[in-house]
Amino acid sequence: MDIPFFAWPFLLGITFIIVFFIIISIIWITGLSGIDRVRIRKNFFTVKTFQAIWEVFRESLIHRKMYKRNPVLGYMHMSFAFGWFLLIVVGHIEAAVHYHTLNFPFWKSIFFRYAETNPPVTFIAKAFSAASDFLLIYIFSGVFLALYKRFNSKPFGMKKTTHLKTGDKIALIGLWLIFPTRYVCESITAGIYHNGSFFTQPTGNFLASFLPLQSIELASWWVYSLSLAVFFFALPVSRYMHIPVEILLIFVRKYGVRLKKHVNGYTRIQTFACSRCGVCLDSCQMIKANINNSQSVYFLKQIRGRKLNDEQLFNCLLCGRCQKDCPVGLDLNDLRITQRIESTKTYNSKYDYLKGGISPQADVVYFTGCMTHLTPSIKKAMLNVLDYANINYWFMDKDEASCCGRPLMQAGQYEAAKKLIRNNTEKILSSGAKILLVSCPICYQIFNEDYKLPGVKVMHHSEYLLELVNQGLIPTIKLPVNAVYHDPCTLGRGSHIYEPPRELLKNYLSLIPMKQEKEDALCCGGSLGNIKIEMDERKQIRDDVLDTFKSYNPDQIITACPLCKKTFAMGTDIEIHDLAEVVWKGISRKEHLDKKIRLPI
Amino acid sequence: MVSFGFELLDSKRIDYNKSDGRLLNEILEKEPSFKRCISCGGCTATCTAGSLTNFNIRKINLMLRHGQTEGLEKEISKCMLCGKCFLVCPRDINLRNVIMLIKKGVLKYNTEKKKI
Ligand code: SF4
Ligand code: SF4
Ligand code: SF4
Ligand code: SF4
Repeated sequence: MDIPFFAWPFLLGITFIIVFFIIISIIWITGLSGIDRVRIRKNFFTVKTFQAIWEVFRESLIHRKMYKRNPVLGYMHMSFAFGWFLLIVVGHIEAAVHYHTLNFPFWKSIFFRYAETNPPVTFIAKAFSAASDFLLIYIFSGVFLALYKRFNSKPFGMKKTTHLKTGDKIALIGLWLIFPTRYVCESITAGIYHNGSFFTQPTGNFLASFLPLQSIELASWWVYSLSLAVFFFALPVSRYMHIPVEILLIFVRKYGVRLKKHVNGYTRIQTFACSRCGVCLDSCQMIKANINNSQSVYFLKQIRGRKLNDEQLFNCLLCGRCQKDCPVGLDLNDLRITQRIESTKTYNSKYDYLKGGISPQADVVYFTGCMTHLTPSIKKAMLNVLDYANINYWFMDKDEASCCGRPLMQAGQYEAAKKLIRNNTEKILSSGAKILLVSCPICYQIFNEDYKLPGVKVMHHSEYLLELVNQGLIPTIKLPVNAVYHDPCTLGRGSHIYEPPRELLKNYLSLIPMKQEKEDALCCGGSLGNIKIEMDERKQIRDDVLDTFKSYNPDQIITACPLCKKTFAMGTDIEIHDLAEVVWKGISRKEHLDKKIRLPI
Repeated sequence: MVSFGFELLDSKRIDYNKSDGRLLNEILEKEPSFKRCISCGGCTATCTAGSLTNFNIRKINLMLRHGQTEGLEKEISKCMLCGKCFLVCPRDINLRNVIMLIKKGVLKYNTEKKKI
């Protein structure tokens, strides 16, 4: 073989990274559960593979989600990924056309200008040559943005950019050198042989005017090959490892692999697929309380570096805002909960004191939850409405109230939570009810996700009250009130309940639309997901949210979570209500009016 | 000893020879808000586990302060981590963190075996 010496660093580098990636993929995939491996095998020869390829194209190359979220950042990532990809593809096609075969030495397509010094004559050859010059310019635009971002991250809409480790720096230098050196060596070769196009040829001519190109040509190609090699060899210890891992993630996710309650191969894949883009830093409200070392990007970095500590692991509201914005689509909440489960495994409670027993028979079980016990007005409103509508219900946690288990789950106490789940399940099922009505979104989420309640429909009171309205069991009356509706994290992003509360509220008052609603809703700061945050810090987050609400000039702030209500109520004079209270107030007002009793508003 | 016809129950006595302050110190370091507790009992009054058992979170806080770590592991395991206590605490103490630290600490310091 007549492979020139300078090509060897590149060839070794690319072989190394391909072998490395195959080995690590095998390790991770064998680390999946048996069922997940079956899923992959079953779905491999189906349309899912094509869907995954399409998604790789959209997300890993075009960076569509990132582009939507942050156009400048998206463009930067796209110019690198897509530009380089096209450069390689165009290089291969160019070589294939030139040699009239697909069977040419690999190095020749990468170092094509060096290998083929004859100037392009045909139109097609000229077009290829121009295309690769154009792509170089395209990538350069990304390189300049990246350089600029290192020194000034503001235009990227980012308050913070992520920090670099040694491996990152080496890989980054390799990456940044690849394209400028390619440009220089192609220009030098063009200066000698006139085989360049509109970008490299003029540069080559210019260089030829004062440099002895013949004697530096080979050296320049060495530098190019070496920078490629540096990048490939540093890849596994750098942030850029996310590039191949993200592709793997897209495939296994498409095949139906999901996170489990323990760390396995998929957890590793997700952890390494984080691109450290830093988008999650901008989503996180904890920055408002000057907590800036435990956000998802840092948390994942700590897992990778095996340096995770409790202070950071538990300092997160689990609000899900970063998860919604993460361009890679990582399951950030569950990733964190899984780590918490691992970290607290050795001390789970047994709750031997919980008693079973036969529950009273009813159509509806009403579970108000610990937080609603702390906001008695919500509880009272709900009980009033249930009585008004003549519902046959059993108030499950009236006196001997047990917890639903979600706070334990969020703290990683999975085995302990299972004990509560078993006890509550028994009670609910033995009541014979068809509906489990809950007033707290935190309970709602765990009842839906982790309880098995065959034949029982779990309903948040926003859904249930709306149903009562639709069935005509409770009256409606529109009061002259303008309110904003705050989507609680666990009801919104956690359980995707956005419309029922709004539809219900529209019967009783007017809603002011906000930018920070539905998926983009803010966290009140009170979340039980965070074990570490101090009350003062919670208040800073809360006040910031309240300021946002105030900018819409609402008469009232309405929410659907007792914890949100409690959190907000301590920080403002504006009336804060749960929607159950709104409904009950509406009903009582309507009753008074119907009886023609005028009461002062 | 002269008998006065009454005596002090062991359970009511703080034996400073047996006092073990390691856990308390760790908690105060990691959750400084715990310093502010005034033993008002608000946490206990609202406690979910307290409504089902004789679990008393304020008493646990006191035991900790006295360095009485014996029996702490069993007691603290009754808590359901529901969070009501920290919401009612007038001193804004992050009690759930205190509880998690106790749960972890009793294992770390092996308080039940009392190898001081
Ligand atoms: S977790 Fe997601 S949003 Fe955050 S840095 Fe990683 S890829 Fe970006
Ligand atoms: S879940 Fe919320 S609090 Fe936690 S890191 Fe993400 S945005 Fe921040
Ligand atoms: S409510 Fe707070 S201040 Fe009162 S005893 Fe409990 S922890 Fe101490
Ligand atoms: S978190 Fe534990 S101590 Fe606090 S109120 Fe709930 S059960 Fe009681």
